Amino acid sequence: MPNPTKIRATINDGVTEVRVLMQHEMENGRRKDETGMLIPAWYITEFKAQHNGRIVLEGQFGTSVSKNPYLIFRFRGGAAGDKVSITWLDNRGETQSDEVAVI
Amino acid sequence: MEKAEIDLGRRNALKASGGMGLLGLLVAAGLIQPNMVSAASERAAFEAKTLDEAFKALGVFFPANSPAIQLTAPEIAENGAVVPITVESTLFRTEQITILVDKNPTMLVDNFFVPEGTEGFITTRIKMAQTASVIALVKADGKFYRVSKEVKVTAGGC
Repeated sequence: MPNPTKIRATINDGVTEVRVLMQHEMENGRRKDETGMLIPAWYITEFKAQHNGRIVLEGQFGTSVSKNPYLIFRFRGGAAGDKVSITWLDNRGETQSDEVAVI
Repeated sequence: MEKAEIDLGRRNALKASGGMGLLGLLVAAGLIQPNMVSAASERAAFEAKTLDEAFKALGVFFPANSPAIQLTAPEIAENGAVVPITVESTLFRTEQITILVDKNPTMLVDNFFVPEGTEGFITTRIKMAQTASVIALVKADGKFYRVSKEVKVTAGGC
């Protein structure tokens, strides 16, 4: 089971700012372990962010995104109590979806 | 919600329908919308080994420099594994923000699609193998613009 994404969504002056910390190794496939064996690539390939079900950001990642990808983005609108969700998919086909309320 | 799952099927179907050449022709013929093309082609752009290849795969040709894009990156990154990057675009109808590093094994770092109502602003953390230029590409109103900034990396982290 992947670890849950940490999300914080705050409304200020009609703009909702979303801070996201996805928990993922983001292995680039070029590193070796202690025995010299290549560690296979394992990384998030895409994600989407939704506000009450409407997409507010979509993105694709390569292997140059840091471990535990961190994002900040802002969308207009939103109100306290609205739902903001983050869903990601990695190259192994694993997916993780988490939701918070805007504060 | 019918959009509850990441729409992989659509992207795979687009990928299967041909490389950039065919897609380019279809766009020129007005058969498919350009935003569909970017979704299909950018995965190929992640495989690019040169900046030219990456731009081509993204459908970018001679992007103009724009003072309306602000790229914030540290001058010196002590840890190449975590380099904070912020891109802010005040261009009208910013629809896509793309970050590349010209000397990384995988040059295309991430690619964001910005729908209407979302600001042209993104903060992310990237890996840098060595001292290199960070390039922010912004697509606004159908056109690509760029800015770049050199970041000195003291300990590479790719």
